[in-house]
Amino acid sequence: MSDKKNIIICRCNEVAQEEIEALIDQGVTDIEMIKRLLRIGMGPCQGRTCLPMVISILSRKTGKKPDEIKLPATRIPVRPVPAGVLVGEMESDGNEE
Amino acid sequence: MKSRAEVVIIGGGVIGLSIAYHLGKLGVEDVVVLEKNYIGSGSTFRCASGIRAQFTDEANIKLQKYNIERWKRLSDELEHDINFKQSGYLFLATSEEEVEVFKKNIKLQNRLGVPTRLIGMDEAKEIVPPLNTEPFLAGAWNPEDGKASPFHVVYGFAKKAKEFGVEIYEYTPAVDILVEKGEIKGVKTEKGIIKTGIVVNAANAWAPVVNEMAGLKRDFIPIKPYKHQLVKTEPIAEGQIEPLTCPPAWNDSYVIQDGEDGGVICGTGLEKLTHLDDVQPTYDFMREVLKWATKIIPALKYVHVVRQWAGFYAKTPDSNPAIGKINYIDGFYIAAGFSGHGFMMAPGVGEAIAELIVKGKSKVPLDWDWYDPHRFERGELRSAAFQIG
Repeated sequence: MSDKKNIIICRCNEVAQEEIEALIDQGVTDIEMIKRLLRIGMGPCQGRTCLPMVISILSRKTGKKPDEIKLPATRIPVRPVPAGVLVGEMESDGNEE
Repeated sequence: MKSRAEVVIIGGGVIGLSIAYHLGKLGVEDVVVLEKNYIGSGSTFRCASGIRAQFTDEANIKLQKYNIERWKRLSDELEHDINFKQSGYLFLATSEEEVEVFKKNIKLQNRLGVPTRLIGMDEAKEIVPPLNTEPFLAGAWNPEDGKASPFHVVYGFAKKAKEFGVEIYEYTPAVDILVEKGEIKGVKTEKGIIKTGIVVNAANAWAPVVNEMAGLKRDFIPIKPYKHQLVKTEPIAEGQIEPLTCPPAWNDSYVIQDGEDGGVICGTGLEKLTHLDDVQPTYDFMREVLKWATKIIPALKYVHVVRQWAGFYAKTPDSNPAIGKINYIDGFYIAAGFSGHGFMMAPGVGEAIAELIVKGKSKVPLDWDWYDPHRFERGELRSAAFQIG
């Protein structure tokens, strides 16, 4: 269970626990920068799966309390929506009108 | 925190960090960067990542031709991969009149050594395979334009600057600038005072606030925050929309694949003069930008949108930045008001300001008169810099 290369934290962009820990070890301890350098929380899940786990890793490694680490901004549209639906040319089930 | 520094830079975006890096490289010790939030958080991390020399006036073309040479070497220089790609910019004309304008711009760009050429729609389709060629007559194509990762550029400049001894204080806003008898004496922060003789205002949209701290009129350089927004789709196959692809006549709308994850960034000219706390994305923008994006690339209809965000174009009245010395106060410099072009201009502007501070002049082909921060007081305006991405 200690093979951190194979423990995937961000499923959207395939980021492993090992990469996150390596970046923290290099001194990058701001979640905003970790998010951007590794592209965590910017895929289709928008951070719902991964960011809480990043916070717990950060908390463990830096000694900060989890509630001291501010979650990065949540971006609309919250869940992925086809562009055709947003411009009103498609139904939300993906079928064309 | 240090109590004394040779230079204090206010603003930890790509411009401030580029200046800090270049000062460090020139051997200036004791450089401090003050950033009110985290580095890159103001405008840099919100940009569309494009880099181009396709401008329509001599000053900007010359500066950007030089900048592209800098961008090519920047990963090696910073010893960090900033993901720079010369994926080109493709502007598309919708009318004969526009084709004529393109030809005129291309002639000027070619004269200054930028290899833009007019291409037909068959070639455009090879460059951007899913392009809807039907509405367009021709394209202005410069294969040397490109894109880079704002995240890695900021990180790379900051990392290398720190190796040169620069101190970067995040979450540390400047609150006042101490001036005595027309000379800079220091900068007051929430965490204490840093004595210094030189301050650089690199705060872009926030630059008027910083000028005011120095006792100058807030708007003697009129920089206003215009909210611009972007949406981003899920990743699509590599090589579909690598260049920034833009029909200017369609409200400056554009699409470009992110160089890192392959998602499509979509922008449009819908902007709003706002206040410095307003980075709220809006639904009207989402509909507007996607209307244009799906006209340029019809297949985008089937692609999921995953993110939307907003940031500022820190605009001056002529959409050209204010770069240089502020003559009212000894030791006060500015590089701000980039009007949407700060990211692409950062390497050369950082180098030029650093050399100006250290040597009093610079070898960067930057036209100091063109970007003169005092031009607005004299009522001079440059021809508006060609905007977009």
